Amino acid sequence: MKIVKNAAAGTMESSDILVTVQPAEQGITIDLTSSIEEQFGRQIRQVIRETLGCLGVENVLVTAVDKGALDCTIRARVETAVYRAAGADWPEVDWGTLS
Amino acid sequence: MLFIPGNNPGMLRDCHIYGADCIMLDLEDSVSIYEKDSARFLVYHALRTLDYGDVEILVRINSLQDGGVADLEAIVPLGKAIIRLPKTETPEDVLACEREIARIDAAHGLEVGSTGMMAAIESAEGVLNALAIARSSSRLIGLALGAEDYVTDLKTTRSVDGTELFFGRSMILHAARAAGIAAIDCVYSNVNDEDGLVQQTKLIHTMGFDGKSIINPRQIEPVHRVFTPTQKDIDQAVAIICALEEARAKGSGVISLNGKMVDRPIVLRAVYQLELARAAGVWSDPDLVIPQL
Repeated sequence: MKIVKNAAAGTMESSDILVTVQPAEQGITIDLTSSIEEQFGRQIRQVIRETLGCLGVENVLVTAVDKGALDCTIRARVETAVYRAAGADWPEVDWGTLS
Repeated sequence: MLFIPGNNPGMLRDCHIYGADCIMLDLEDSVSIYEKDSARFLVYHALRTLDYGDVEILVRINSLQDGGVADLEAIVPLGKAIIRLPKTETPEDVLACEREIARIDAAHGLEVGSTGMMAAIESAEGVLNALAIARSSSRLIGLALGAEDYVTDLKTTRSVDGTELFFGRSMILHAARAAGIAAIDCVYSNVNDEDGLVQQTKLIHTMGFDGKSIINPRQIEPVHRVFTPTQKDIDQAVAIICALEEARAKGSGVISLNGKMVDRPIVLRAVYQLELARAAGVWSDPDLVIPQL
């Protein structure tokens, strides 16, 4: 999928993560803020990368503000943001291919 | 049945730990129209990932015209939730949803018919069609009353004693019983009014409902308190079952207990009380065989 515009999903509430995606020229960049970054920062980034991989996103700037979200919440918020960023050609969700 | 907003990750994570018998993950009224997609992804991943144990899970979808088909596409293939239809007014509403579920079942190689459904009735038309709705599909496991929309449709408001709901509740209960499925009452919205909740729960328990919808974990204990058989109820039920076994052993067709005749409806009620007590975890006796009647 191609990111054609800025989009966001999630909230700043506890147990959630606010994910913003923006179009980028080359590759995946993840800017993460989390109070548990020391312990789980690597894993959160890994989950974001895996989710983007399943969606076929190759070029994107992801800004994520984590408030202690579970992996399943991170996946859901990344997917929502990516689908919203797909623009007018919002594709139908293929549930079988999600992470 | 504890209602959980589908777009709240914290509640989705913790909802099963409070002791509710059943949880309804909501994609409909508790989710903003701008967050329907977000809630659908979140509930999908929660069901795929989290272990809700023995708690029965329902997902309330949007109407088929407003995103309900997309909800079904996400949830049905997981095979983990009963689908609750909102605002059911006619048998055709149930059948239309059933067709979509059957299509998705078949597309994913699921056994057709394996996904259960519950119909929420929330209007005067739905109440008047309750029996036809209840009998419309073998997938239906129950009917539920959605009171806020119902009283609005009646051009009235909710009262403390529930006078305005009496006809709707009675119709839904009778329809469910005639069809052999469950009847679940509406929510009591004022979470700070435990006395009102208990009063309403006692009323619907007396009427014959199988359970009550709730919107806060604080409401679980008061509802369980009303529905759980008392020790006196349990002792009486055990005595009736023992009297039945004694009469059978003697080859007698007449059962009596303390000089009073015990007939079939009384035995049926005793069986129901013991099953309820066992499910509530307040009674267990491996030596007493509850008869299948």
